[in-house]
Amino acid sequence: MELRRVEESIFKALMILSLMIVVGSLLGVIGIILWNGLPALNIDILTQTGGLYGKGGGILNAIMGSVYLAVGGTVLAFFLSIGIAFYLQKEYSGGTRLSSMTRLCLDILWGTPSIVYGAFGFTILIYFQMRASLLAGIIILALLELPIMTRAMEEVIKTVPQELKEVSYSLGATRLETTLNVVSKQALPGLMTGVLIAFGRGIGDAASIMFTTGYTERIPTSVFDAAASLPLAIFFLLNSPQEEVRQKAYASAVILLLIILAISITTRLLSRKYTKYIIK
Amino acid sequence: MNIRKLKDNISSRLMLAATVFACLLFFFMLISIYSRASPIFSVVSITDLLFTSEWGPTEGKFGFLPFIMGTLWVTGLATIIAVPISLLSSIYLSEYAGNHLRNAVKPLIDLLAGIPSVVYGLWGVLAVVPFINNTLAPALGVETIGGYSILAGGIVLSIMVFPIIISVTGEVLRSVSQELREVSLSLGATKWQTIKHVVLRKARPGILAAIVLGFSRAFGETMAVLMVVGNVAKVPSSVFDPAYPLPALIANTFGEMMSTPLYDSAILLAALILLIVVLIFNILARMVLIKIERGVI
Repeated sequence: MELRRVEESIFKALMILSLMIVVGSLLGVIGIILWNGLPALNIDILTQTGGLYGKGGGILNAIMGSVYLAVGGTVLAFFLSIGIAFYLQKEYSGGTRLSSMTRLCLDILWGTPSIVYGAFGFTILIYFQMRASLLAGIIILALLELPIMTRAMEEVIKTVPQELKEVSYSLGATRLETTLNVVSKQALPGLMTGVLIAFGRGIGDAASIMFTTGYTERIPTSVFDAAASLPLAIFFLLNSPQEEVRQKAYASAVILLLIILAISITTRLLSRKYTKYIIK
Repeated sequence: MNIRKLKDNISSRLMLAATVFACLLFFFMLISIYSRASPIFSVVSITDLLFTSEWGPTEGKFGFLPFIMGTLWVTGLATIIAVPISLLSSIYLSEYAGNHLRNAVKPLIDLLAGIPSVVYGLWGVLAVVPFINNTLAPALGVETIGGYSILAGGIVLSIMVFPIIISVTGEVLRSVSQELREVSLSLGATKWQTIKHVVLRKARPGILAAIVLGFSRAFGETMAVLMVVGNVAKVPSSVFDPAYPLPALIANTFGEMMSTPLYDSAILLAALILLIVVLIFNILARMVLIKIERGVI
């Protein structure tokens, strides 16, 4: 009789320990990055380009490259994702084979490693005899973000009550009008969250853009230029034997981490602030 | 009136096109990578590719065994570390923790999933690798290459798969009906007995699916592993050895591969192997999870 209580408390202690390891490792990662990176951050690093060799220079080229890549990729992914997420509603796909097939495909794409996206992008570039460019990176990032964004959007759209849509239909609205005026308003915070999460995934990914976007010391001036990016700046600058250059890698990591933290906090606030405008 | 109908019609077709595109994208990736990888099959046999360990692209030697074994070692170690910790955390969160704690931890788990893999890699270089080099390896009396080892890769990777296993397991546990728990509790079982004999038994297929998803995520992870695992093309024999996993091979050799014949085919074959392994794992896991969602299991 007593034994099972002992067993329970042992396992409970193990569970709490495990949870502490999980939360502790998160805090450990954030702590170590900030500890090493914050001292390296200064105005020169943020406003100058070309820090790959030796003293001086900064990571502005990587920051701008990442912004172009992630914004471009997210915008492109948005138009595809929103269409797919809307189409997966019963009114369009009718809950048919196509919709469950699409969900499975999206799940598989979600699980596909980003280096495979990179390899795929590379085969496409060879096929068209193109060099690595911002445009290629944007397209690959859009494909990488597509499954994440669509699944997140679809989850919220699914929660919009059927009655709400039926009210709109009963007033004579078409599917498109109902989707744009009722469904998308009701699902707005969730849709924005989906966009932000996909943006975070896009801005942090290195393996997919390594061979499609390249790396350069300059800020790209057209979509056919190669472009630097924060994740690749971390990777390349860290390999330098010079401490000054490695400092710039730490600084890049802090900026990337702050962007991810900001996204995480914004999604929390979004769901809290906008849920009050939603009909329950 | 007609304009509205027309708009509805056109938009519906555009959405259908996007949906079909998403469905075909995966097959398109598979075909285009396969067609680039296939030239190597006519020169080197598939068994030589997979089961020999000599790697010398300039001499036409393409033995993938060190890379495959490297991937399996790192991924296996990460799974061994991550599974007990993630499962215990997830059980605690869904069975014991109050709403307050659950709501406080969930954003942290999401954040853990959102941190980019290069940042994990940098953390590995700054914290895990020096720890192994300065503390662990001397204490155990083993040699490492400056701490860059399978162990470092396994630790970094395990943290990256925590959120997947925790969140999928959490959903699976939540799908176990409350009545089932109450029946067990009413028979006098303790909470832990109920979890062990009822909840976990009912949730077993789903938990397996969660582990498989975590494993397949680890299998294809590139940057973080590449940065800490040492990248030596030799079949490893202990966790303190360096390894050279498949994704790291792809990432490291992309630049130079166009100059050597068949090199590009070999690298895309590595991508193909990753794609197929991950595909199989994902389909298996998703089948189970879909059944659970429909209440079949």
